[in-house]
Amino acid sequence: MTLDSKVPSGPLAEKWDSHKFASKLVNPANRRKHTVIIVGTGLAGASAASSLGELGYNVLSFCIQDSPRRAHSIAAQGGINAAKNYQNDGDSIYRLFYDTIKGGDYRAREANVYRLAQVSVNIIDQCVAQGVPFAREYGGQLDNRSFGGAQVSRTFYARGQTGQQLLLGAYQSMQRQVAKGTVKQFPNREMLDLVLINGQARGIIVRNLVTGQLERYVADAVCLATGGYGTAYYLSTNAVGSNVTASWRAHKRGALFANPCFTQIHPTCIPVSGDDQSKLTLMSESLRNDGRVWVPKNKGDKRRAADIPESERDYYLERKYPSFGNLVPRDVASRNAKQVCDEGRGVGETGLAVYLDFKDAIQRLGHDVVAARYGNLFEMYEKITGEDPYTVPMRMYPAIHYAMGGLWVDYNLMSNVPGLHVLGEANFSDHGANRLGASALMQGLADGYFVIPYTLAHYIAGTKVEKVTTDHDAFKEAETNVQDRINRVLAVKGTKTPRELHRQLGRLLWDDVGMARNEAGLRKALATIPKLREEFWQNVAVPGDANNLNKNLEYAGRVADYLEFAELLALDALTRTESCGGHFREESQTPEGEAQRDDANFSYVSAWEFQGVGKAPILHKEPLVFEEVHPSQRSYK
Amino acid sequence: MKIHLKVWRQAGPAAAGQFVNYTADNVSPHMSFLEMLDVVNEGLIRKGEEPIAFDSDCREGICGTCGFMVSGIPHGPEPHTTVCQLHMRKFKDGDALTLEPWRSKGFPVLRDLIVDRSSFDRIIQAGGYTSVNTGGAQDANAILIGSNTAEAAMDSAACIGCGACVAACKNASAALFTSAKITHLSLLPQGQVERSTRVLNMVERMDMEGFGSCSNEGECEAVCPKGISLRNIATMNREYWKAVLTS
Repeated sequence: MTLDSKVPSGPLAEKWDSHKFASKLVNPANRRKHTVIIVGTGLAGASAASSLGELGYNVLSFCIQDSPRRAHSIAAQGGINAAKNYQNDGDSIYRLFYDTIKGGDYRAREANVYRLAQVSVNIIDQCVAQGVPFAREYGGQLDNRSFGGAQVSRTFYARGQTGQQLLLGAYQSMQRQVAKGTVKQFPNREMLDLVLINGQARGIIVRNLVTGQLERYVADAVCLATGGYGTAYYLSTNAVGSNVTASWRAHKRGALFANPCFTQIHPTCIPVSGDDQSKLTLMSESLRNDGRVWVPKNKGDKRRAADIPESERDYYLERKYPSFGNLVPRDVASRNAKQVCDEGRGVGETGLAVYLDFKDAIQRLGHDVVAARYGNLFEMYEKITGEDPYTVPMRMYPAIHYAMGGLWVDYNLMSNVPGLHVLGEANFSDHGANRLGASALMQGLADGYFVIPYTLAHYIAGTKVEKVTTDHDAFKEAETNVQDRINRVLAVKGTKTPRELHRQLGRLLWDDVGMARNEAGLRKALATIPKLREEFWQNVAVPGDANNLNKNLEYAGRVADYLEFAELLALDALTRTESCGGHFREESQTPEGEAQRDDANFSYVSAWEFQGVGKAPILHKEPLVFEEVHPSQRSYK
Repeated sequence: MKIHLKVWRQAGPAAAGQFVNYTADNVSPHMSFLEMLDVVNEGLIRKGEEPIAFDSDCREGICGTCGFMVSGIPHGPEPHTTVCQLHMRKFKDGDALTLEPWRSKGFPVLRDLIVDRSSFDRIIQAGGYTSVNTGGAQDANAILIGSNTAEAAMDSAACIGCGACVAACKNASAALFTSAKITHLSLLPQGQVERSTRVLNMVERMDMEGFGSCSNEGECEAVCPKGISLRNIATMNREYWKAVLTS
């Protein structure tokens, strides 16, 4: 198989415009005759559903939540980047492109990233027109912040609830199309299989999570916008319902999975407090704009923060990275936190935390300004920990946050399976090995509002599809496949809960495929995961049946998929012996302990082809070609 | 800590429900309320019994998925807090708590503590948006909006659609939810074009869904996890009568 990225020729800045012009169009009168399935209603899925509905396609939208408004994009706090240069501080499309490529440690496609930077400006216009209440200056213009790893202020925000407001904007647009009849929404549905006919993605099998019935839906094309796979680690900042199932089942039907080892660990999360914890809560990295990160200079210093004098504090990010200071990118901040904790200088009961201190900011700006900027985050922190961050520094520790890897897509956001498009976090394309802050919202909306309406039209206009109904044998086969798997889960009647097995898997991944990885650990993980999978199929406990609302059954199905996916994650991390971005191989570091890339051997996308559970997948490589920027060692000193 | 729970169990939408007693042992004060229920459920699953069905997703108080009555109060006793963010340190050893689903004609029970809130989607479908298609929007800074106006709109837009307001109201009114969206959009220049039709259509839909009228008790505001103010309802009423009189 050769991977054709379909990147258009021509100068970087003109590729998207010329590609749009070269793309085929679907006549407005014909659009309603074409059905498009969109799975997932986060920023990518909801914006795609509303945009395609507005164009007149017959859109079927599915989500596992009880309403599309609850997709996990809603939890994004900090903001959304756009190259507006409203602040006159030297920003431009090229600079946003450059920062994103560099931040991704030169493991993303130039053309995709440039397009992302180009359409970023349209996103802000669109969202404002929808009534998204972005923060404003007193003169009425939009306010911006500088955000994780950027030296310009290009981040637009709505308090600490930017994701919520952007998602509600997209959701409301989508509801408008639901009222018009162009979009039909199917909440409480979980996609459990992809249906291929003549090699094309033509439908899905979903389980109605309320009635338990399996349902079949047919379309001309399928878009997956089902988010990332961070919950494979059990504890993460993702919603407890976020999962890899839709992507994984598409992978099992032939879609290549790219760069699964590129996982992002977010540096500022509330530390783990106990064994029964179900998730980790992120504190927006916008906090690093005004908060200062420190630990005691001396090992094992157990004094209260207030009792440690300035001279005995180590503001290690400011010390090591004078030009970026507390605003270094996420991977760098996370690794440094791990490093100081490994040295025995961590704080709090467990010693697995660093301080994020607002004392100086409150002195400089006053209590009210700090409260206006971060009030809701401080409140959330206090609710969870019982401590008041206005008086006691926050305790922070890194946690799994975002998946840069995902299903492989070409420039048109189409996977190697014709008709199967993948949007947002579920695809691999734009963030390389590390995502910059405030770029996930940008990518989700770019894909849904401004890319897929063009590229999907090109696919539909240029592709012949057979007229089929859901009685086609391929639907029967897929439904039987899904039903069998559900029956198998219910038939085990073991004694271990899905949560126990998931927690075991999560701990293993965090220890051996987490912030720092090495060959021995990865080999250990690869040996242990199949045993855990075996244990699942021997001993999982799922009471009740499949014919009604059964949360534990849903969960068990997802855990079974994590147990297959985790092996690919570890294998990808093992074969990539370089360090890059969020993937840190201990064997590959600079003398200062920074990630050491190996461009001569690893400047490619790893795209894995499924061969069967427990069988070695086939690795396909898409070489990364850099025509505009010259890959260099990232330095934030 | 030990917590005694009396939980509403109902096998399906048409089934009769009943209260069943459970005890949560070894509850740590650091746990969230839902983590406490997770542990109770783990025990039930190990015994081969069906766990208590409750819904949750983000577990950080923003998605609006979770929510049930904790001893008569939506989301429990802590103000401005969803039940996923309610921590067991707010309770004491030996407490007895009653857990029930939202009770309203507009929110039929699906199973145990889970209700169907699709009526809220239909209220938004009736007009909770600005009718702008993708593409063609003017430059974002061409629309000037004062900081105070943007902040006020944000106050209303912060609603998470959890349904606690309906559950707390003796009339099961959805006025707080509906008015929050109406207020958000009527404050902003982008919402002006459809200002009248929006309020008329959304209020009509709210009534059609079987939600009751507002009689200004203010219980909705008291339990709202996001502190959405009762003033939104006053705004909605003003907008409504203005629209009726001018249309």
